Amino acid sequence: MSGITHPLHRFIRPSVSSTTNCPGCGNGIIAQSILRAVDQLGMDLEDFVFVSGIGCAAWIPSPFFNADVLHSLHGRPIAYALGIKMGLPEKKVMVVSGDGDLAAIGGNHLIHNARRNVEMIVICVNNRIYGMTGGQAGPTTPPGVMTTTTPYGSFENPFDISCLVISAGASFVARWTTVQARELTRSIIKAIQKKGFAFIEVFSQCPVQYGRKSGLNGSVQMMEDFRQRSIRVKKAAGLTEAELNNKIVVGELVDIEKPEMMEEIERMKAKARERAQ
Amino acid sequence: MGNEACAEGALAAGCEFAAGYPITPATEIANRLAVRLPQMDGVFLQMEDEISAMAVIIGASWTGKKVMTVTSGPGISLMSENIGFAVGVETPCVIVNVQRGAPTTGMPTVGVQGDVVQAKHGSQGDYQIIALCPSSPQEMFDYTITAFNYAEKYRTPVFILTDAFVGHMREEVVIPEAEAIERVFRKIPAPRTDPCTIKGFLDEDIAPMPIFGRGFKAHVTSSCHDETGKRNLIDLSSLDKFVRKLSNKILKHKEEITLVKRNYEGAEVVLVSYGPVARAAEAGARLSREAGLPAGTLRLITIWPFPDHEVEKMAKIAKKVIVLENNLGQLYPYIKSAAAPFAEVSFFPPRLIGQIQDPENIVRMIQEVLR
Repeated sequence: MSGITHPLHRFIRPSVSSTTNCPGCGNGIIAQSILRAVDQLGMDLEDFVFVSGIGCAAWIPSPFFNADVLHSLHGRPIAYALGIKMGLPEKKVMVVSGDGDLAAIGGNHLIHNARRNVEMIVICVNNRIYGMTGGQAGPTTPPGVMTTTTPYGSFENPFDISCLVISAGASFVARWTTVQARELTRSIIKAIQKKGFAFIEVFSQCPVQYGRKSGLNGSVQMMEDFRQRSIRVKKAAGLTEAELNNKIVVGELVDIEKPEMMEEIERMKAKARERAQ
Repeated sequence: MGNEACAEGALAAGCEFAAGYPITPATEIANRLAVRLPQMDGVFLQMEDEISAMAVIIGASWTGKKVMTVTSGPGISLMSENIGFAVGVETPCVIVNVQRGAPTTGMPTVGVQGDVVQAKHGSQGDYQIIALCPSSPQEMFDYTITAFNYAEKYRTPVFILTDAFVGHMREEVVIPEAEAIERVFRKIPAPRTDPCTIKGFLDEDIAPMPIFGRGFKAHVTSSCHDETGKRNLIDLSSLDKFVRKLSNKILKHKEEITLVKRNYEGAEVVLVSYGPVARAAEAGARLSREAGLPAGTLRLITIWPFPDHEVEKMAKIAKKVIVLENNLGQLYPYIKSAAAPFAEVSFFPPRLIGQIQDPENIVRMIQEVLR
């Protein structure tokens, strides 16, 4: 093995020697997509500050990425990220966290920062379950799925997180699954360059919890399920709601230009200085 | 107004970023910061809730900014988890609690010292915090500056624990020339320090803060970590060190953090109080002395870390100690435990919660304990 190192190895914190992900977890694919995007843009991790919340996906940047990383509290990474952006507007601030963290306990910060359209990248790893705590239902768990807290099957409606973020006002929203790793990387590249709130939802497999609970079992079966159910956004546009039932609409759902909050703040400051004189 | 003086104190201390959520009786601080901060190249953000107000200032503090949030008791309840985070990763920040009456929504425009123990124990686990209690608009200005300086020096959240009375009190405030104001800045590692060699956490003499954006590649986690920031969720010895070092960082410096006003020379009865109640206590002691009664006062400005050494020192001189608070006795057990080995300690509650003790009633209380 001596002399051979992975081309992305330079992005990994030197003190880290192993991963904490379960076998078959989608986290590795998403971590690689993020690092490939950084690499392909010719950027360095010093151009970034990473922020994560609590849950399995939060461990993608923390501690693995050799960068400034804030591993914050459950649900709050976007609020912390906003503070970091306020202090370091020239840096790229990227939040990586899960669906429970961002859309359940942290839902308020998600919609309000999408509304602010503040420049940051948010990668939401949607595994449709609480993995780290042992397979509880979340706001993304499909109806009927038996989890440790819905032993008779989930009886709630799930969120479509991307639609929620679009409605709240984000200027870039994409959705992919771990099967479309190359497309995901290309969308992350766009998100990093976006002047605005850039949100990417990634459906990811959790064979240990969701796989077992849903009956999909292993990682390969789960990814095969993603592949079969994925439908490109252009193709989906011509289909009815019934035809889209059980499909995962993938692609870049929104990519628009609109006022970004950091720039608006600079305008506000100029006004304040003018009035003070 | 006390609240406006607090905002001016923050600006004088070098506050660059503040956030909050509207709440009575703290709004005047936020309103003034919203006007004044942008004039000085800073920003005030009104957040979606108090949880994010606390989170956003912690994020900004990690970029090296001096930061503050302002709220009242219900807001502190929402902020508590994030306050614990700030303690755990040693984040300088100032939290102003303009206390209002009673538990839950209570009575928003009445000042009550109801959140005194919450400031110390609001978030989970063993930890220490710093809290300062001003009793006038001038002190709202002065001690807000002190709070920023302590936050920077000890890398910790610092509370300004005031209330609706002081916040809405109108008195003359003298703002010194900028050059006359002492401003402390946190230690940070030298530029271009090798990230692998930075020990940015858990030093009882306060580690340099590896703030973001300087190439320090800081790994910041509030989970149990070592002095390099590396997470350790297995070793109990690592947990023990994490908890103890954080606490000792404050306790080791308790004497230099402690601010008190002593006026008990030759006194047999000493009134111990803090915040606006101290104004009544001082008036009561003055009236008593005029009537020939040997009364004095000890006013705590720093209430956390609890200045037991100052209470002990006083109790060794006094024969009787009377504790006055505008609550049902929140600091009383702490004062009693420090003073009781040396003096007789009693608690003088307000006649009505929210109504500060009347100086003439204080005189009668002094007469009673001397009888």
